[in-house]
Amino acid sequence: MLWQKPVFELLELLKRKEVKPSEVVQAFYERFSQTEEKVRAYITPTYEQALQQAKELEGKNPEDYPLYSIPIAIKDNINVEGYPTTCASKILEGCISPYDATVIERLKKAGAFVVGKTNMDEFAMGSSTEYSAFFPTKNPWDLERVPGGSSGGSAVAVAVLSAPLSLGSDTGGSIRQPASFCGVIGLKPTYGRVSRYGLVAFASSLDQIGPLGRRTKDVALLMEIISGYDPKDSTSAKVEVPKFSEELEREVKGLKIGIPKEFFEFEMEEGVKECFDNFVKFYEGLGFEIEEISLPHSKYAIPTYYIIAPCEASSNLARYDGVRYGYRARAKDINEMYAKTRDEGFGPEVKRRILLGTFALSTGYYEAYYLKAMKVRALIKRDFEEAFKKVDVIACPTSPSTAFKFGERTQDPIKMYLADIFTVSVNLAGLPAISVPIGRVSSLPVGGQLIGRPFDESTLLKLSYLWEEHYKHYQEIPL
Amino acid sequence: MEFEPVIGLEIHVQLDTQTKMFCTCPVEFGAEPNSLVCPVCLGLPGSLPVVNKRAVEYAIRAALALNCKVHTFSVFARKNYFYPDLPKGYQISQYEQPLATDGWMEVNGKKIRIRRLHLEEDAGKSIHEGNKTYIDLNRAGTPLIEIVTEPDIDSPELAREFLETLRNILRYAGVSKADMEKGQLRCDINLSLRPKGTDQLGTKVEIKNVNSFKFVQKAIESEIERQAKILSTGGKIVQETRTFDPSSGLTHPMRTKEEAEDYRYFPDPDLLPLVIKEERIEEVRATMPELPKQRYERFIRDYALSSYDAKVLTDLKELGDFFENALSFYPEDPKLTSNWLLNDFLGQIRDRGLSLEESPVNPEKLSKLIKLIKEGVLSSKLAKEVLAQMFETGEDPEVIVEKRGLKQITDENSLVAIVQEVLNAHPKEYERLKSGETKLMGFFVGQVMKATKGKANPQLVNKILSEVLSQ
Repeated sequence: MLWQKPVFELLELLKRKEVKPSEVVQAFYERFSQTEEKVRAYITPTYEQALQQAKELEGKNPEDYPLYSIPIAIKDNINVEGYPTTCASKILEGCISPYDATVIERLKKAGAFVVGKTNMDEFAMGSSTEYSAFFPTKNPWDLERVPGGSSGGSAVAVAVLSAPLSLGSDTGGSIRQPASFCGVIGLKPTYGRVSRYGLVAFASSLDQIGPLGRRTKDVALLMEIISGYDPKDSTSAKVEVPKFSEELEREVKGLKIGIPKEFFEFEMEEGVKECFDNFVKFYEGLGFEIEEISLPHSKYAIPTYYIIAPCEASSNLARYDGVRYGYRARAKDINEMYAKTRDEGFGPEVKRRILLGTFALSTGYYEAYYLKAMKVRALIKRDFEEAFKKVDVIACPTSPSTAFKFGERTQDPIKMYLADIFTVSVNLAGLPAISVPIGRVSSLPVGGQLIGRPFDESTLLKLSYLWEEHYKHYQEIPL
Repeated sequence: MEFEPVIGLEIHVQLDTQTKMFCTCPVEFGAEPNSLVCPVCLGLPGSLPVVNKRAVEYAIRAALALNCKVHTFSVFARKNYFYPDLPKGYQISQYEQPLATDGWMEVNGKKIRIRRLHLEEDAGKSIHEGNKTYIDLNRAGTPLIEIVTEPDIDSPELAREFLETLRNILRYAGVSKADMEKGQLRCDINLSLRPKGTDQLGTKVEIKNVNSFKFVQKAIESEIERQAKILSTGGKIVQETRTFDPSSGLTHPMRTKEEAEDYRYFPDPDLLPLVIKEERIEEVRATMPELPKQRYERFIRDYALSSYDAKVLTDLKELGDFFENALSFYPEDPKLTSNWLLNDFLGQIRDRGLSLEESPVNPEKLSKLIKLIKEGVLSSKLAKEVLAQMFETGEDPEVIVEKRGLKQITDENSLVAIVQEVLNAHPKEYERLKSGETKLMGFFVGQVMKATKGKANPQLVNKILSEVLSQ
């Protein structure tokens, strides 16, 4: 079955002309048709358009396109020209993007096809995809449970293989946590590695686009395309992009892996710790040194994150005012129009964060909240710098729990926020981190997180690759 | 009690760059609404700003021209507020760490301190028609500098003079056209009164967006009067923002301090801090165009112009440029060129209601006229006629002189004949002259000039007459 093949194999088959681009797209389209009704991963599927593009690509030389005819699902907060970009919000319903995000430009140039825009928590705010204004996405391993979030749709798409690869965005764990819940690989690149141009901003200093997939090499191939300096994004970094897909097969020796002791002081679901210990033992078995490290300020990561991210969000989301595009409420004057548009157009979690951020930036509170949070952020970053003097990689579970049930946490925002307790500090420090499937607790996937030095995605991919050879998580396919 | 005003100004100046502050859309005045826009200046979801390097250079240049300290590290911040023509719901500006601080400017011998100068982007325009409002975002994202003075201005006149001087400096520095009518220079006024001779500060009132030099002076005059009236009757000034209505000449309340917005400034996470190398600042300093004060001094030193003429030629940069341009074609007599430019030439411009740009007489043509005067080909009187003709037809002065035979008669032989004719025509007067009535010399010169329609060189006529008499 074509849809079960990893991208690197599909590329070989395509190069040898043993399969045609349209056959590849068709295979995933069929898989989509089989699974979508059950999981609802997509807000806007675009397989028909992809089939059309596949036919146009058929005469072209596969050698010229590093992702020749590879279907990719895109989180619905990344602009694709001519398609709607809703951010799973009523306020952007029906808005058609007039331009391509830089990552999309690069994917198109590489010969990849966008097969759909995937569901998410509204404006990427949430950890379960329940805050989509349209519908929730379901966890393919247990349809009663959430897929995680906010990139829930992108995680589910690659879990059920309606696409072999997808793009998500990660502001506090939004790629890694759903990857963990859905049993796939999710990589949050170093801040500045991937251009944010065309990614609808949630919290600009934390947001980063990244790949999700089932095979490390596939993820590496996608990383090679989307990474690199972009003059349109002032925060993108002028750092060379390695050939990730080739590097990961190189031998790794003598790595030191740090285990942050503070992370294990938090409450953790039974079974998660056992999976993680097993994961660490594997590397120990390979001769890597395991060392306990300390990240003393990481206990402040959640409150710090929930000041900084909402502050930036309150400003980033100010443009949705009903004046130029998107939803507009009828009202008798401009101020009422603003208020009603934003009240009716935004969902509860988005409003909660806008209010939080607006408050924290107000005169008289700015110093106590935003400035203080920025100082703590610097301390969290310094903790990591200190740790990376001793170790090469830091490992911990991706989330303290497996996928939870629908409605379980929507009434308790703090409990929802705690799903990201191991992931947010990585964004605050701007570091790369990968979540890989490391086991199961009663049929539900558990994810392990590896955090690297700035711009050292290579080591993370290498470790993921080694693990994948040992624990072939990709062989199990739900539904 | 007598009061004195304490005035500070906040000036927004559009930088004369080709493209906008954070995107590559062209900056143009008067284009089809919403035609000069892109995802960035429209604030579309996902778009990101990228700093325009030329705008930074111009801002540095302006800061140096105003004697500011330019900082190697400054930070772009977001100023958050809702307004229909503000596409992102915030303006990218600079707040806690501006590009430049601590400058000064001299106006009529008085030093006015500049507190800060920072970079920001302009908003779009709201166009109100009846009960409808239209938004034009062509202007959105135009680079601006905001200049804030210390409250060193103590009279309405000085405020106006400050702005005029500032406009000149900015024009000379080549950073802005600074045309108030086109909104390229906009001014907010902060004003309070205090008992004369004291140094305490009163409650200040802000007057927003006054759009001409004259109105700035008027708005301040009227606001001083209003505040003085309140204070002298024991009243209290309310801290508020007011607007100036040019038709009534009065200021009106807009919003009080309580209604003032909280802009929730914070560093823009989409932009890195603006880091400028010390060498770059020195580079901009070294390539600074000549500023008004320098030109004024040079005109006096190099061209021996009077201080008045030098000032007029400096105050209006275009006029000074015209002058120097004319000199480049004919450098013999700067003083003569300046005289003709400032008197007869400007007279013609004014009478005809032309702007300098519209003048059919360009610097080269003017220089040709000066040359004809200087070489004695044209008398002053004829030159005036020729100049008028030049404005009529746009022709070169030589062509006009040739066509109309206006050339001064400097050929002695032909003049001797004419003198002889005139003497013969007035035998009685000739006899009286010969018998020593020398005051009749003037009469005969006049007659010769009349006969030649003013073309005779009067000195030459005098000389010939004397020779004839002595024979």
